[in-house]
Amino acid sequence: MGKTLAEKLWDSHNVRSAPGEPDLLYIDMHLIHEVTSPQAFDGLRQAGRPVRRPDLTLATEDHNVPTMNIDQPIADLTSRTQVETLRRNCAEFGVQLFSMGNVEQGIVHVIGPQLGITQPGMTIVCGDSHTSTHGAFGALAFGIGTSQVEHVLATQTLPMVRPKTMAVSVNGELPDGVTAKDVILAVIAKVGTGGGAGYVVEYRGTTFDAMSMEARMTVCNMSIEWGARAGLIAPDETTFAYLKGRPHAPTGAEWDAAVEYWRSLCTDPDAEYDAEVSLDAESLAPFVTWGTNPGQGAPLSETVPDPESFEDESERTAAAKALDYMGLVAGTPLRQIKVDTVFVGSCTNGRIEDLRAVADIIKGRSIADGVRMLVVPGSMRVKAQAEQEGLDSIFKNFGAEWREAGCSMCLGMNPDQLAPGERSASTSNRNFEGRQGKGGRTHLVSPLVAAATAITGHLASPADL
Amino acid sequence: MDKFTVHTGRAVPLRRSNVDTDQIIPAVYLKRVTRTGFEDGLFNAWRQNEPDFVLNQPRFEGATVLVAGPDFGTGSSREHAVWALLDYGFKVVISPRFADIFRGNSLKTGLLTVELPEKVVNRLWDDIEENPQTEVTIDLTERQVRWSGEVHEFVLDDYTRWRLLEGLDDIGLTLRNVEMIDVYEQSRKPWLPVAR
Repeated sequence: MGKTLAEKLWDSHNVRSAPGEPDLLYIDMHLIHEVTSPQAFDGLRQAGRPVRRPDLTLATEDHNVPTMNIDQPIADLTSRTQVETLRRNCAEFGVQLFSMGNVEQGIVHVIGPQLGITQPGMTIVCGDSHTSTHGAFGALAFGIGTSQVEHVLATQTLPMVRPKTMAVSVNGELPDGVTAKDVILAVIAKVGTGGGAGYVVEYRGTTFDAMSMEARMTVCNMSIEWGARAGLIAPDETTFAYLKGRPHAPTGAEWDAAVEYWRSLCTDPDAEYDAEVSLDAESLAPFVTWGTNPGQGAPLSETVPDPESFEDESERTAAAKALDYMGLVAGTPLRQIKVDTVFVGSCTNGRIEDLRAVADIIKGRSIADGVRMLVVPGSMRVKAQAEQEGLDSIFKNFGAEWREAGCSMCLGMNPDQLAPGERSASTSNRNFEGRQGKGGRTHLVSPLVAAATAITGHLASPADL
Repeated sequence: MDKFTVHTGRAVPLRRSNVDTDQIIPAVYLKRVTRTGFEDGLFNAWRQNEPDFVLNQPRFEGATVLVAGPDFGTGSSREHAVWALLDYGFKVVISPRFADIFRGNSLKTGLLTVELPEKVVNRLWDDIEENPQTEVTIDLTERQVRWSGEVHEFVLDDYTRWRLLEGLDDIGLTLRNVEMIDVYEQSRKPWLPVAR
């Protein structure tokens, strides 16, 4: 029997297998940031261990960094200490770091692909659950905890139990106004937040084949939101074209050898998955969340669901609790939900294509009264590109704030937060209670819905304009 | 990591599903660079905003076993969620299903996470609400949860169980095989990127 893509990636990185023990998996690239690494470096120091492969370790500052006045020291003292701790640790252990203000700085999952450091066939880990993003290149990429960060720093490996595999097949052409974000939100609503637990999922089918690399990254990014360990898309010509010429991509004869190898990274026709899910692209519509987990979503044309309509008791209780937190009444059309803030950014939707899509909708219009809009590029490179294309003027003329790169309001570790009771339409990945600020209420949306919502002041799609 | 063999303690019922890591500890508490002292962040929003929240009820004070609904620990990879539970005094979390990364983190840090069927969790909830003094025993040696005459087996792979029983550090175990890592590194593809 043939192998799935996930199995090929696993087997090619398996350092050691022993009966009754987890496999020992080699890690090709370890990405780190300021939040989940300080205790890991402390652990190394206490044990007197070096970083085994500083050359396979890359650090950036993203979670805490302010998105304004970045030429000044970070005002929040605990944030500043955390960032300074990363700087000290990287200097001491010889790790490359892109600090605030550096042209290569940005959200860890934006800069890896942008530099060409994310390549097909690799294993990539980071102390951040959205590491699944890098799976868009056909790399096995997953989030890890701080104990595992320390383990990778010390050994460049991780003991892991071989996961199960699942295929998510989506075929057909997406209707106008339906994006990669809507596809993944629809998948999560279908399977639930725990539906992928224990699996590495492979997204396949003509819908994904037709997507750009950035759209594929949006899909893989949210794999963790339905519990999957990692998400994968087999590399193809789109992948190779994206990578060619990037700073860390192979060149010359090595490029040819790499592409030849990358072409073998697909699921064999006779391979079997442990589970399969499928969706029809043509049936999809712009999708938004109404609740407090990413699985609580519905097409924009629908209404806030009645908790009593859920058969499962825990889902019923969760829905009632979510509506209470979100300040929503069952039966309200989703389109009538008014927002205070629109956030465009994050490792899900903070790339240049996302910014272009938003600019395209809002160009020549103005922001709804009483709405604030933050546009936060995923990296300094994305920011520079957007400014070169004049997108920053479009955002500013519209009435949006144009900021510096970072995670920003996706998780509100920096000053970009919602006030209690404030409601946002956000292109980020989590609508958990308090995620964007204590008491804040989040609706997850695509960049297109974010743009239309900023114009109308209530949840809307470009077709409503 | 401390050894874990058998733990007996009182339990607290958290009748909620999909308890995500942002609820266990909000991001604002993740700015510290230490590994301890996270107990104040644990379920901070619920403890502050809901006077009746289980951890605010004196009858459950001092409980060391948390019994939660399905899909506990979804969301981020923050190990701080595990540290906050340990720092608060929990030794065990029971749920019908855990998110992968949270589960992995807990078992590496010595917080035992035990999966029991939803029906059993429901019964345990009822029993500890009726009598908060109920002592619950989690026996890793026998892979059993026992209380008030009830005995339920749970599943945990032999390797993880052995590591917890011995209190072994993963890094030390891996470094016993360091020569195999050296050998593997010789076979890596020549074009693979470096971060410099």
